[in-house]
Amino acid sequence: MGNRSMAFLSNDLVYSAIVVFALAFILHAIETAWSVRSGEGRNLDRSRTERVARNATGLIVLADLILFAGLITRGLSADRLPLGNMYEFSITGAFAFTTAYLVALRKFPIRWLGLFVAGGALLTLGTAVTLLYVESAPLVPALKSPWLVIHVSAAIISGGIFLLANSIAAVYLILEKIERGGSRGNWASRLPSLDSLDQLTYRLIALVFPLWTFSIIAGAIWAEAAWGRYWGWDPKETWSFITWVAYAAYLHARVTAGWKGKKAAWLCLIAGSTFLFNYIYVNIWGTGKHTYSGL
Amino acid sequence: MAKIEKDRTRELRELGGYSLLRYLWRLLTSMRTALILLLLLGLASIPGSIIPQRTQNPFQVQDFFAANPTISPWLDRFYLFDVFGAPWFSAIYILLFISLIGCLLPRLNHYRKAIFERPSRPPQTFENSEGFFTVDGDLDRVLEWLKKNRYRVERFDGQLSAEKGYLKEFGNLLFHLSLLLILVGIALSSLFGMRGEAIVNEGERFINTPVAYDNISPGRLYSLDSMQPYRIDLNDFTAKYNPITNQALDYQLKVTIRDGLDSKPRDGVMRVNKPLTFGSSRVFLQATGYSVSVTVRDSSGAVTFQGPVPLLPQDPNLTSAGAIKVPDMDPGIGFVASFIPTIKRDPVRGAFSSFPEPLDPHLLLAAWQGDLGMDEGKPQSIYRLDTSKMERIALISMKPGEIFDFKVGSITFDGYLPWVNIQVIHDPGKRPALIGGFCALFGALGMLFIHRRRIWIRLSEQGEGNSIEVAGLTTSGEEKLREDLASLKVFLSEKGSGGSVT
Repeated sequence: MGNRSMAFLSNDLVYSAIVVFALAFILHAIETAWSVRSGEGRNLDRSRTERVARNATGLIVLADLILFAGLITRGLSADRLPLGNMYEFSITGAFAFTTAYLVALRKFPIRWLGLFVAGGALLTLGTAVTLLYVESAPLVPALKSPWLVIHVSAAIISGGIFLLANSIAAVYLILEKIERGGSRGNWASRLPSLDSLDQLTYRLIALVFPLWTFSIIAGAIWAEAAWGRYWGWDPKETWSFITWVAYAAYLHARVTAGWKGKKAAWLCLIAGSTFLFNYIYVNIWGTGKHTYSGL
Repeated sequence: MAKIEKDRTRELRELGGYSLLRYLWRLLTSMRTALILLLLLGLASIPGSIIPQRTQNPFQVQDFFAANPTISPWLDRFYLFDVFGAPWFSAIYILLFISLIGCLLPRLNHYRKAIFERPSRPPQTFENSEGFFTVDGDLDRVLEWLKKNRYRVERFDGQLSAEKGYLKEFGNLLFHLSLLLILVGIALSSLFGMRGEAIVNEGERFINTPVAYDNISPGRLYSLDSMQPYRIDLNDFTAKYNPITNQALDYQLKVTIRDGLDSKPRDGVMRVNKPLTFGSSRVFLQATGYSVSVTVRDSSGAVTFQGPVPLLPQDPNLTSAGAIKVPDMDPGIGFVASFIPTIKRDPVRGAFSSFPEPLDPHLLLAAWQGDLGMDEGKPQSIYRLDTSKMERIALISMKPGEIFDFKVGSITFDGYLPWVNIQVIHDPGKRPALIGGFCALFGALGMLFIHRRRIWIRLSEQGEGNSIEVAGLTTSGEEKLREDLASLKVFLSEKGSGGSVT
């Protein structure tokens, strides 16, 4: 059933993607280091750092494409979409996260986030290949349904955007702290204003909230078909509900209570951590119906 | 904010019965309360995901009790093993429900009026408003652009006031009303719903009556008398497993279905994701395991027990365990049984199953003699043998067809057959909940992506002839407003060079 050579090819591709992400990470680190150093008195040669940053983005694009090929071969090897266990969620999630970054990069000036994105992708993929790896195999009966594809892809794309929004909120908090202690260092001066980071976080969350809602609905439809109940307060369901409530509170706090800046960023991080908790804790130590996929 | 607080304290001082009620109602239906309740609902569900829940895994709750004997009764007192059925949990969501209604009623009323409202008069000064600019053009051209972009326009002598995005509030209201609909659906499910499970052997039949269930939990308002007596004959069951990972690949159950006792039979197939449907009830194929057929005889050779006994799977390879109880012998005889479809032995784990299909099936028995404890009238699990007042008399390993003699009788392992776990769910609330879910989704899209915005236009006072002033106002969609203003500017300047001679 599981086509062995395809599965091995997929593993090779995922490892290659890791290498390329690592290179992108190094380039971004060099670029940041240069900016910091040249900020200390010397003339800042923007064109040089800019060129390095562009190359780093190019590498992220390349790594993303390789990872995509890795996903496709993984899917072919098991004759289904690569969304069946936590290893596959992780590599698909890393793909969704970096792709969300690349798409957002076309519209917003967020190249500086590349260091976080490459780092995050490295961390996710590293964990996936070392701790979560399972042999490629077909699905247990309860997981077979078109709603699986819809539900899990919506959840993973949401996850990618949640992580992106949270990275930006984290950067906001760091910069806010720096600005409070005085002006921004030279290296941070090229980052966008606090206000636009704040707006960007809000817009990403406004974008992802309906998608997350949809992902929960699709999951409920699938659960009704597979387990006979659309909602059973299984730990995964409970935590996805908590995440939903937390982001609803974020949107409400902004729109009706006028929260902005620091308070909103903290709320965003809290909401994001419920998502991560759901993904990591419930998948690994939980006992609900979502945990029978062999990690 | 501060003013409201002051009003509140004044109201508190003049508390009469009626005003107290009014005060409480206002407190409950304030948006802040609704938000706090929503957050509380999120917080309240956390223990339900960490402490084992009876509704999901009663055995785990038992284990938890055994491991934490001092704290468990206390947790139980606060319903922490039934969080989602707990009074305090219900209290939160009922309060949220009321609060939401109270929030929405005035807003619905307000929206009913606002939807036909004309744009209001522009302010005296434009200069401080958003995106203020002056441009050459005439009001007719502006009107043309506003119409094309579906703005609602009102004229005030020489000034235009235009507004757009009325559907934002509609989306907002739809979203919140849909949440109510979902809550209604959940209430219907739990009040008028029913769920039950039965283990049925291959070759047997299931008739939908209360006695056919191993366990049944009807909702508070579900009537057991009104059950539709459909009948399902379980003809043939096949399970496929992956030979490398041992994972189940597919279950398939061929059945004969009768909608009522006298209805015409028809054939059907059940799979894990393909339930049978009877009205708003669905019948699911949930899990599988093995029953063992045994015959027990006493020392004279008379049959004291015969039939298939269902055993419960203990691991993914279907190592199955259970009990065979023979109260009709004196003293009573009981067997702790485990059936192993493909046996493997290991010095550490002992005998266990290495594959879920019966490739090398064995029945392992421990025979016990003594008081089965069945006369005390206390309900017993059919899968557990209470050996506290019994004595073990033999350990047995058998293959199908074999007979074993123990001191006071014999047991024959006649064979084995698969059982399936049938789960019946009657859920009249799922449709409202589903509709609510999708309406909430559309509402959310409207409320987040439609932006209400105003544009004001008037002839410039100091400029000569064709100069007009443009400004805007928005609460949520700065970018949309900016885009609109830019597009208006381009539109006016495009033709403004040649066509503004009128």
